[in-house]
Amino acid sequence: MSARVVHIASNTFREAVRDRVLYNLIAFALLMSGAAILVGQISIDIERLVVINLGLTAVSLFGMVIAIFIGIGLVSKEIDRRTLYTVLSRPVRRWEFIVGKFFGLAGTLVVNTFFMAIGVFAALLYVSRHFQSSDGWVLVALYFIILQFLIITSLALLFSSFSSPLMAAVFAFSLFIIGTFAEDLRGFAGMTQGVTRWLATGAAYLVPNFSALNVISSVAHEQAVSGQLILYNTAYALVYTTMALCGAVLIFERRNLK
Amino acid sequence: MAAIEILGLEKTYAVGFWRKKPKRALKPLHLRVEDGEVFGFLGPNGAGKTTTLKLLMGLVFPSAGSARILGMDFADPRVKAQIGFLPEQPYFYDYLTARELLEYYGELSGVAGKDRSRRVAEMLDRVGLRDAAGVQLRKFSKGMLQRVGIAQAILHDPKVVFLDEPMSGLDPMGRREVRDLMEQLKKDGKTVFFSTHILSDAEALCDRVGVIHQGELRGVGAVADLTASVQGKMELVWHGSAVPASLKSLGADCHITGNVIRAILPEDNQEAALEALRRERLRIVSLTPVRTSLEDYFVAQLKPEKETAGATA
Repeated sequence: MSARVVHIASNTFREAVRDRVLYNLIAFALLMSGAAILVGQISIDIERLVVINLGLTAVSLFGMVIAIFIGIGLVSKEIDRRTLYTVLSRPVRRWEFIVGKFFGLAGTLVVNTFFMAIGVFAALLYVSRHFQSSDGWVLVALYFIILQFLIITSLALLFSSFSSPLMAAVFAFSLFIIGTFAEDLRGFAGMTQGVTRWLATGAAYLVPNFSALNVISSVAHEQAVSGQLILYNTAYALVYTTMALCGAVLIFERRNLK
Repeated sequence: MAAIEILGLEKTYAVGFWRKKPKRALKPLHLRVEDGEVFGFLGPNGAGKTTTLKLLMGLVFPSAGSARILGMDFADPRVKAQIGFLPEQPYFYDYLTARELLEYYGELSGVAGKDRSRRVAEMLDRVGLRDAAGVQLRKFSKGMLQRVGIAQAILHDPKVVFLDEPMSGLDPMGRREVRDLMEQLKKDGKTVFFSTHILSDAEALCDRVGVIHQGELRGVGAVADLTASVQGKMELVWHGSAVPASLKSLGADCHITGNVIRAILPEDNQEAALEALRRERLRIVSLTPVRTSLEDYFVAQLKPEKETAGATA
């Protein structure tokens, strides 16, 4: 990776930290503490299930909100404020800027998720007083959540490279919602006929399949995640992210910065 | 060798939402700026100055034409390592301190570690921001931001520096500071291409100027040549309290300030005017030809072609 990509990524990370993005961790810590105490008092034998479900869902939602709302401004904010001018007038290629921005936000989300994961495991320890082997699957669920972040970050960047922040937010958030029900959409496509079937199948495979990346419920029920699914999801997320980033680069390479 | 050679660069935007119409921001521009020259790109707001600079920086893409900077095609990535750019009314990452910003830009420009820290310290000193090096840019005044802007533009010791309206919005002190920095660049032998609509700055700093209006280059020339031409009129200054009646008949346009009187009169009548003042035993201070100011030249270039042609005829 070029050194310039690393510099842009670390500056993006520094911006997120200084803009107090990681303050969301305080809200998350409060949520997890409250949930652990409350669950300990009202649940019988399902404390672990509730904490894992609630904890991982919160990790996912907090991260998605950060990915979308920061991602949509990664390019457009730099154009609006003209900070981009002094970057691109240096020996920085446009693709390096996009890729650097992506890794900067992805890094922020990984760090954020790391601290949230500590919170989830702390709450888990509080309610069940010990760890068990099936808790390892929580790490897999967290890994899948990070894969979702990579996809949504690349999509937010893609939309940010050609539209206003508001429109980019609408597009990214819509895809997040539709992607959550991607398996249902594929099921629906299978039931239709003719042109509708073509269109529905196309749409079903075009939107990111977040439902395949969501194993929160099965992990909460102590079910194992197959190695095949881990491999498939990893490959899927990397390919999808790369394609979205390539789209963002292709658009941005041709864009006049008026 | 020309530092900058613009070869028919032009830009047309498509404007409108539904039925897009072409809008020409820059007509084919041909311009040459020599190595070590300070070139002023003059024009009113919306004339095409910023468009030209954005084209040269690769921020917008030309509809036609090309340019060469330091002998290389302007799209060649190697060019970027040799040029510095200050955009109009610059806005920098305000969560960074001045030192962090310059470090970051140094990294992007490929300035190596040790050399980078030394250059950053030097630049902060040079633009008078050593004491504010650790202050976040969100707390900087406009003048301080402009100085940081100049520092980032010359941090990597570029051969050619492009400055877009570097004095815009600054108070007199700020303008003076930026002017001093530009004079230093000139002494260092840098090629400076700067856009402005403040003519006094251009007159003080530039070797040559070009005037652009409505996307079209209207004229180019050395400041000394443009301001050297006389208009066939003389300025006569003397001490007195009233204008002699005989002078008025010589077509003199007089202005009285205290006991100093200035008269602008046709060159042919200068001997008669001097004779009239001597007759009245008035003390003559000076007699100088009226020269074309840069402002006169600028205004003349901005006039519609028909009007200019009529005036010439």
